[in-house]
Amino acid sequence: MLEIAGLNAWYGESHILHGIDFNVQEGEVVTLLGRNGAGKTTTMKSIMGLVGRREGSVKFKGAETIGMLPNQIARAGIAICPEERGIFGSLSVTENLMLPPVVAPGGLSVDEIYTLFPNLKERAKTAHGTRLSGGEQQMLAIARILRTGARMLLLDEPTEGLAPVIVQQIGRTIRAIKNRGFTVLLVEQNFRFAATVADRHYVVEHGQVIDMIPNAALEANMDKLHDYLGV
Amino acid sequence: MMMIFGIPAPLLFGQLLLGLINGAFYAMLSLGLAIIFGMLNIINFAHGALFMMGAFVAWALLNYLDIGYFPALILAPLIVGVFGVILEKTIISRLYKLDHLYGLLLTFGLSLVIEGLFRNAYGSSGMPYRIPSVLQGATDLGFMFMPNYRGWVVLSAAVVCLATWAIIEKTSLGATLRAATENAPLVQAFGVNVPRLITLTYGAGIALAAFAGVLAAPIYSVNPNMGTNFINTVFAVVVIGGMGSILGSIVTGFALGVVEGMTKVFYPQASATVVFVVMVIILLTRPRGLFGKAA
Repeated sequence: MLEIAGLNAWYGESHILHGIDFNVQEGEVVTLLGRNGAGKTTTMKSIMGLVGRREGSVKFKGAETIGMLPNQIARAGIAICPEERGIFGSLSVTENLMLPPVVAPGGLSVDEIYTLFPNLKERAKTAHGTRLSGGEQQMLAIARILRTGARMLLLDEPTEGLAPVIVQQIGRTIRAIKNRGFTVLLVEQNFRFAATVADRHYVVEHGQVIDMIPNAALEANMDKLHDYLGV
Repeated sequence: MMMIFGIPAPLLFGQLLLGLINGAFYAMLSLGLAIIFGMLNIINFAHGALFMMGAFVAWALLNYLDIGYFPALILAPLIVGVFGVILEKTIISRLYKLDHLYGLLLTFGLSLVIEGLFRNAYGSSGMPYRIPSVLQGATDLGFMFMPNYRGWVVLSAAVVCLATWAIIEKTSLGATLRAATENAPLVQAFGVNVPRLITLTYGAGIALAAFAGVLAAPIYSVNPNMGTNFINTVFAVVVIGGMGSILGSIVTGFALGVVEGMTKVFYPQASATVVFVVMVIILLTRPRGLFGKAA
């Protein structure tokens, strides 16, 4: 589904990614683990074309996207839920939900989204998206990309700073969308949460992928992982 | 004769109407500036020149092609809007990554070039544009006579301003526009062709200016300086209303027109400066403007 090879990325003069290599198979949930500043978020943004400059190869469904603009990449069927959530304060909750254009058939209907996220239905009339709580904003940020029909979802730290009960709800959501055949690339700091949803984990350090651990082998590799993440 | 505050009523209402008319132009021009600033982060100094172009295109349509006022009200904004789209595509879009100041300097230069070209071709004395026959004459409102054309200007300007506001605040296109004003890269990452949206926004803001220009043609003579006369006041209106605020620019535009008109009645010496006095007071007390949001 997604094959990344030799991906380099820059913000202005600073060289952040130094040849990232990994792949995600269709229907998989794959995480990028790593310390702060390792380059996980930059990898997500680079896949979407949201960095100043990127080189290397990012193939989606076999087609090279490295020369494409962010809107073209989105139209190809990749959607992002950014780390800072990106809820628009000048838009109502409903407008936020309906903002991303539908890029392909097969997305969730608004009713299905409200079944997954009952809170959003209650808050649909809220005039400013940023009035929602952090957890509600995170759900809205995930919900709006489920509508679009994009089959490859990039979720950047969806559990960051949220209460355990909301983290559980987001975990259930990720498993639910995996069951519906979505492919998910997840950035996580919290590998205990990651272990409950993912098939495989890539470890990122200094802008490179340094290891891959299948979820089944996570327990056996705990010491190594603690070492990587410095926890 | 009826007197209000020691002023003859017809004089008071006459100036009120004149104030509303000026206010209608301030509102339409500052609305376009606000939309353009929101999306492009550029202070469009060429706005006055493009307003003037709207009036000239209407004049040219009438004198060269025998196309009258009402078709011109649609055609001139379209033609000048396309000109704006070409300007944005070829020149202005190169400056987005630079400081605001560069956009201001560029559009200021463009306005000098455009006005210079028109002055060269048509002189600066101005050419008359007749009021269309259905809008000639005046209506007795009981307390004053209102020239029909002036009523039409206030009414149509109000309708256009409200329609623009409704498109921005109530439609999905408007929601996309507001979102792109907040965070353009993310909106583009959702699949929206943001560069095209920016181009069309500039074109629409310019079309609003040109529409105002056509409305102005029968009131002020069609001359190359007509934009410059307006634009200084309009920038004061934008500062008072709050940079980038849609509703703020409409309300402030009309209100300041009226303030200016009333000053002409009560203290005529100050009428040319009152808007700037208000601007100074607002800048000192509410630097973000009346309707501006805290950053």
